[in-house]
Amino acid sequence: MESIRLYFKYVKLSIESQLQYKASFIMMVIGHFLITFIEFLGIWALFQRFGNIQGFTFEEAALFYGIVHIAFAITEGWTRGFDIFPRLVRLGDFDRILLRPRTTVLQILGYDFQIMRIGRLCQGLVVLIWAAIRLNIKWTIGKTLLLFGSIIGGNFLFSGLIVLQATLSFWSVQSLEIVNSFTYGGVQAAQYPISIYKPWFRKILIYIIPLATVNYFPAMSILGKTELYNYPIWLGWISPLVGTMFFLLSLLVWQIGVKHYTSTGS
Amino acid sequence: MVIVANQLSKEYKIGQRKSGIVGGLQNIIHKEYKIVKALENISFEIGEGELVGYIGPNGAGKSTTIKILSGILTPDSGECKVLGKVPYKERINYVKDIGVVFGQRTQLWWDLPVIDSFELLKDIYKIPKGDYIKVKKELIEWLNLESFINTPVRQLSLGQKMRCELAASLLHSPQVLFLDEPTIGLDAISKLAVREFIKKLNKEKGVTVILTTHDMDDIETLCNRVMVIGKGQILLDGSLETLRNTVSKDRRMILETYEGTNGFSINGATLIEEEKNRLMIDFNPDIITPAELINILSTKYKIKDILIENTPIEEIIAKLYGELNI
Repeated sequence: MESIRLYFKYVKLSIESQLQYKASFIMMVIGHFLITFIEFLGIWALFQRFGNIQGFTFEEAALFYGIVHIAFAITEGWTRGFDIFPRLVRLGDFDRILLRPRTTVLQILGYDFQIMRIGRLCQGLVVLIWAAIRLNIKWTIGKTLLLFGSIIGGNFLFSGLIVLQATLSFWSVQSLEIVNSFTYGGVQAAQYPISIYKPWFRKILIYIIPLATVNYFPAMSILGKTELYNYPIWLGWISPLVGTMFFLLSLLVWQIGVKHYTSTGS
Repeated sequence: MVIVANQLSKEYKIGQRKSGIVGGLQNIIHKEYKIVKALENISFEIGEGELVGYIGPNGAGKSTTIKILSGILTPDSGECKVLGKVPYKERINYVKDIGVVFGQRTQLWWDLPVIDSFELLKDIYKIPKGDYIKVKKELIEWLNLESFINTPVRQLSLGQKMRCELAASLLHSPQVLFLDEPTIGLDAISKLAVREFIKKLNKEKGVTVILTTHDMDDIETLCNRVMVIGKGQILLDGSLETLRNTVSKDRRMILETYEGTNGFSINGATLIEEEKNRLMIDFNPDIITPAELINILSTKYKIKDILIENTPIEEIIAKLYGELNI
């Protein structure tokens, strides 16, 4: 409990330092909004050209897109310290973290809370609301819970990937690019309905890096399309559980990385 | 004993990078490593309240030792205990009792006022409110921080920053303080302020201090004991006096005359430098006493002024590094 209080103190200070540069902060928020918006225009262009993709309309794809980007924006906000972890090592900030009587995870999460990611979050939210209105979705309690569950699950899954990416940098800086393709590639992959992918790739997205499990199934339930693809309906509900499990697992792997660091010093 | 290091050894594996496209590809498939021995069976003990200077050329193993003692790094073999704890085995429980300052890095939050960093450190170290207020007040007074405590760190001068760093590392009243080059890059006044503070801290609070530095004035003014490390081994451990005597017993005489010299030859004394009627002479007091030397010199030259001093510690160290081939 005391650690959580400390975490929020870290977050408060981090936000305060970002607000020291107000103009730059506002530009960054707008920038993040626009970058993701242009991405979304790309998807729109795709659907303009082909109409439906594998039985999905543009509005339905937009719902996926909205959920994934809200989840990822939250991840980018609170796991920034892990995202830029190689820099922490290079600057010696990680040594400083090891010199303080708190867990490394708490301190790295507190290192930077990127409030400016609210730009991406807003963009995801706009797309999600637009899609929901166009699709005329009836927001029952069940569907609302599914939506929140999916955002939480997605957020923890992406966060876990970011932690794994940071962990790998204990061994090799070059390997960063590989994991980068998992996180950012994952976001790219998950923003489309997975039924458009080949079966082997679908399996990866369900079982190994369970992006589909945390995003696809709940979204399918919200759209009322579960019967189409032979997946049991309860799969939509386990998203927060799967996401959190993945995150906790990544923290275990992280501990191995820290151990390696303290024994090699690099 | 506050610190006991027993046969500490540490090796680094450094990846050898080949250049060019072919080399780059070879790196990916099979990377070659070079083994660098950073520490080889280092042993020492440091008692409570000691102020120890830890010196050696760059790459000698100073930082590695500090990192092991402060729990950042695990040694390959050997053992060490600080305050009865093994640093790298119980990190969180251990680091709350020590303070560490890296002269080249900051532990303060760059964009925030100094006081905000202090407040956060209070929570990080779980310092009781009463203790915090008392210690903070004392440190602000001792280090004279009052006038810039509400200024963002990025706007402080190097000297002000270092004083804040020292305060930040002492808020939780550690019993042992590791200082890694605390005076690097500071102007003369700041250096003096920092030294004075370290001395006071050691004397009045009994804090054990281990200090690495390249500034021999730090050693001269602060340390009653010096450890010299080179090529991963402790080469010398003793008082500044022992260090001087080991390297050379020579003392230095600076002589100002009214006319130049024409050849200089006195047994037990050597002319180091001559410049505009100013002679710098090193002499060995075992062979020739200062009085004898002055006698001889006064018959030869018309003396204007005489000054006798110890050989500057920088030269002693340079000579020592040279002799030890490190």
